[in-house]
This record gives sequence, C-alpha cells and structure tokens, in this order.
Amino acid sequence: MSSQIIDQYANKLGEDVRTSVHTGSASGTDKRFKVLFDDLPDANGLRTTAGNVKQHTLDHLDKYLEQAERALISNGAKVHYAWDSETTCSQVENILKQASARTVTKSKSMVSEEVGLNESLLKKGYDLVETDLGEFILQLDGDHPSHVVKPIIHKNRAEIARTFEKHGLGEYNDEPEIITRRAREFMRAKYLAAEATITGANFISAESGRLCIVTNEGNSRFGLAGARIQIALVGIEKIVPRDADLALMLNLLGRSATGQALTVYTEFISGPKPVDSVSGPEELHVIFVNNRRTEVLDSNCREILRCIRCGACMNVCPVYRQASGHAYRSVYPGPLGAVLSPLLAGAEGFSELADLPKASSLCGACNEVCPVDIPIPDLLLRLRDKGKREKSSNAATDSPPMGAWSWVAKSPSLWRASLRSANMLNLLPYEKIPFGPLGRWTKDRTLPPWRGGKFRAWVKNREKEAK
Amino acid sequence: MSDRERIFEAIRTAVAKTENPAPLPEYSMDSTVSISRLGAGGWSGFQKNFEAVNGDFLETGEDLKALLTKEKAKVGYCPENLQDLVRPHLPEGIELRSNFDRSKINEYDFGITKATSAIAETGTLILEDSKTPDRLGALAPWIHIALVDKSSLLDTVATAIKSLPKDPNVIWVTGPSKTADVEGILIEGVHGPGIQACLLV
Repeated sequence: MSSQIIDQYANKLGEDVRTSVHTGSASGTDKRFKVLFDDLPDANGLRTTAGNVKQHTLDHLDKYLEQAERALISNGAKVHYAWDSETTCSQVENILKQASARTVTKSKSMVSEEVGLNESLLKKGYDLVETDLGEFILQLDGDHPSHVVKPIIHKNRAEIARTFEKHGLGEYNDEPEIITRRAREFMRAKYLAAEATITGANFISAESGRLCIVTNEGNSRFGLAGARIQIALVGIEKIVPRDADLALMLNLLGRSATGQALTVYTEFISGPKPVDSVSGPEELHVIFVNNRRTEVLDSNCREILRCIRCGACMNVCPVYRQASGHAYRSVYPGPLGAVLSPLLAGAEGFSELADLPKASSLCGACNEVCPVDIPIPDLLLRLRDKGKREKSSNAATDSPPMGAWSWVAKSPSLWRASLRSANMLNLLPYEKIPFGPLGRWTKDRTLPPWRGGKFRAWVKNREKEAK
Repeated sequence: MSDRERIFEAIRTAVAKTENPAPLPEYSMDSTVSISRLGAGGWSGFQKNFEAVNGDFLETGEDLKALLTKEKAKVGYCPENLQDLVRPHLPEGIELRSNFDRSKINEYDFGITKATSAIAETGTLILEDSKTPDRLGALAPWIHIALVDKSSLLDTVATAIKSLPKDPNVIWVTGPSKTADVEGILIEGVHGPGIQACLLV
C-alpha cells in the first residue's frame, strides 16, 4: 500500500462512496463538455479571455478593490474588511449583535467554510441554518463539503434519509423528492424567522459595485426575501473590472459547473431594498475577507486566485475521482485544492498539506477544463519545489532519494560505468526488492530488460563506419 | 493598523512586484453569444430555450386558465395593478390577494408578477424589486407566472448585462427552482417555484 496520504484515504473509501463520487464527477465533465462546445463557437478562446480578465484584476487588485468599495458605499452598502478567520467571525458577530439578530439563514459560501464561521456562531448560541439542501444535510451530519459545487457528492440517499429521520424530519424515506420537500417545509419557517442572512458572492463588479450571486435552488433569494440584514462574505479576489465582464464570466460559470447556460437564479444586488419594497434586507454589509489571499498574491502561484469555483477541475481529475474530496483534508479539494489549500494554510500549515501538490499525475486535464485557464499543473510543480526546499516531510513521502543519482549523473565516466554495470539488473529478482517506495512499485509491475549503454555503442560504431 | 489598511498594504506590496502586469483584454461581446441557442431569436427562440429548462410558456390567457385548473389552484398573490389584466383569464372561484401575508405562506398556490424583460438566448425571465412589490410573492408559491411585455425581449445575456436595470435587486430566473444534490437526481421546486410560467402581454 502506498504511503501517500491521499492514497490512504482513497483506499479507505467504501465502494458505494467511490461509485457515487466517480459517477457524479464524470457526469459533470460530460455535461460541461457538451454544453460548452455545443453552445459557444470558441469556448477555448473565451477561457483564455476570462483568464486574462481575472489575471489583470489580480495584477491591479489594489485599484479595483478601492473602486469596488467606492461603488458599494455609494450604493448604500456598508463595507468591512477582515484580515483573517478570527476577525471575519467577530465582524459577522458584531453586525448580528447590533441588529439584535439571533436567527440566521445562510446560503453557500466557501469562504465561510475557510474561516469556520458556522462553528463560531453556533458556539455563541446563534440559531444558524444552512439553506442549500446539500449544505443543510452536511450541517445535520456535522460533516463538511467534499466538492465545491456538489457538496454531498460523497453521500447516498439512504444515508440522507437516516439523517433526516434522526433529526425529526419525518420517518425514514429515501425518495429524493420527499427529502427535498421536507427540507422545503422546514426551511420556510427559518427564512421567515431569520433576522439576518449570510451569503457569499460569485462576482462583484468594480464598475457598479454589483454583487452577483448564483444558485439553483433559490435558497439565497429566499434568505434575501425573509431577512432584514444581509451580510455578504466576499474574498478579495472575487472582483471583475466591469459589468460587461459579468456576462463573460456567467457564460462560462454555469456551463463549466453544471452544464447549464445559466444557473436558475442569477441575482444582482447593488444595495439594500428600495424603501417601498415589502421584503428584502434594509441593510447590506459586505465583508471583504483576506484570510491569506494577499500571501497567495505575493507567491509564485498568484494565478490560482483567478478561480471562480466551478468545480470542473475536480470533476475531471482522475485523482479526485478515486480519492473524493475529504482526502484533501481542507476546504478546497481537487486540483484547485491541491494548489490553494497548502497556500491558505500559511507558513505554519503548509508542511502538513505539502503532499497535495503531489496528488496529481500532471495530466493537464484540470487546466484544459478551467474556465479561467489557470495553469494548475505548473502551479503544482512550483509547490512541489517549495515543499522540497522547505524540507517538508509530507512533500518527500514516496519520493525516491535522488542524491546518489545526481552524483553519478554529473560525472561522464561514472555515468558510463554505471550504465554498463547496470546490465547486472537483468539478473536481479527486482520484484523482491524489500524496501520503500521502489518495492511498492515493483511488487505489481515488471521492468523491460535493461539495455544500458547500447545507444552509446551504436553511435560510436556509426562514427567509425563513416570514416 | 486597521484590517482595511493591512489588506491594502499587503496587496500593494504584492502587486508592486508584478513584472508584466496583464493588460485588460478588450473583447467583443459577440464572442460570448451562443448562436446555436439563440437560433432565429425572437419569442420563438425564447420559447425554445425556456421550455428546455422546463419553463411553462403560456401563449394565451386560455393557457393560464388551463394551468391553474390543472394544478387546482385556489389562492394567488397578484399586485393590485395587474389584477384587472389577469382576472379575465382566471378559472372560476380563484381568490386574488394583493398582499403577501407571511403568516399564511402556505395558503398561496400561485403568484403573478410583472417581469421587466426576458432573454431569448437562455430562456430567462428578469425580475426587479420595483416591479415585484413583494419578493416572496414570486418565490414562495408553487407556481409563479411572470407577465412579460411583448416588446421587452432582449436577445442575449451580453445585452441583458448591458441593460441591467438600476434597481438595487435584479434577479434572472431561468426555469423552476431545482437541485441535483441527492445522487445527482434532478428535483424541481426546492425552495422556490416548482412551476415557472410566463405569459406574454
């Protein structure tokens, strides 16, 4: 068995989980391919353009963040900044306190997972409920998402039905339609009781300060119809320069994530509700969250901040499909997570996750499907290098020691001698090699016969013949 | 130092080191348009795409009557200013309420509101607060019927972004509320309407 951490997770997966993760992610890839290329004459060109738009934004982030802030304030929003997870949670709590809010609905927000917002608010006694069906089920189970778009890709209906039964949401029934209706009924009371609602944001336009939030279930819309206060948690990298760029991004996001031309609900919010509207938040708070994004911006992996969280890279990844999301031991799984998670873990946490950049065959599929054309394989290599330089033990797992090889390779005479003597390998019972990674490799595989030195001999003979 | 200052300082430090800052690409919005989806455009194009996402395209008032009869609808939300327009097309015995009473959220079988416009390319309805006096009325009932002016059709997503209303809350609705969270199986009517209809007026 491999000693790579991710392989150990993969080996521990039950057969049913492996099947549901594989089926779910493979169907996501197929749908994406069909819709994207049937719909758009130059889908690959658009991916490049979208990547350039996001890269430009990151390269000028100070300017665009300031512009977005100005636009938001003039739209009547209150803008806050949070340096790390602690300040994010305390700022949310302050806003809730000021509004005397105790009941809170929340729609999907990956950044809230990063900062541990749910745990923090629940500990303080807030009645907080996740409204996205998948996230709600995770909350009941005390579990975490294993995919950025399909959070419960690792669960089957029987498990969900047992969870609902356990939490008093009706007798055991594993029909997906019944499960959904029960969540619908339960959630309505919460939407109406909640004083505040917490959302994420998919994009924010610096030009107009418009927040763009997409969902399929309508849960964020319902939260925004029920509550008096909206708190939007927005990573500082979510900005696009112009409203027009929203059209470009929206055309790619839905197709890449779920094979939809547009998700069902695409909401554009530029401020609190108009005074004469009945429902809707009277206050809009936007919290720009850093949580180490500026460290990523300052690293040689800045490109990963282009990510729009569509999940296409995890759907297509052969490693993700085998290992599922929890194997990445962090909020972001798949190729995206293999780059972003070790970076967001900071100097003290990097080493622990330094094996993730190695959880890839570098096949390049993640880059090919990325709507913002992030060169993920290049970034993985840069992080492998970082792991090696920082001598992180997780980065070294299963890497053969290369010291002896580099010593031999630097000397022509040693190299010649070793090529010739390596012919002895043909006589070795190498499948019985007892030690380490090499042993694990050769246990199930055979090597072709060693032919070392033959090329050199052939070249030499040719030179002679030519004379 | 405030968190704001810390963040801006860290961004400026990082950005200042950028060797070749990427320029802002100029691109034609036409490149984002799906010609195959747009088809011939117009309302027939809208209808095709709207029905592809399981929208109920009601061509006449009779269709509206048929839908409400089939769904055994009894009570509906409809803002005052639209009631005269729709009343002739309602089955007998239907009660219209001009306010959405939160304490009776489950009494409403349907909601009728005015859409601002629609997008042909994607079969999308555009709603905004100024035309939806109560967001709940277009969201909580099982059936939502959007009334759309024949003259208000937009061709593409790109055009719709260019002409986003000034309203602080604009929402694009592309079909009924749905989920595939449980084993990838599509279920409609999660939190919002299970039937999303539109009627041209």
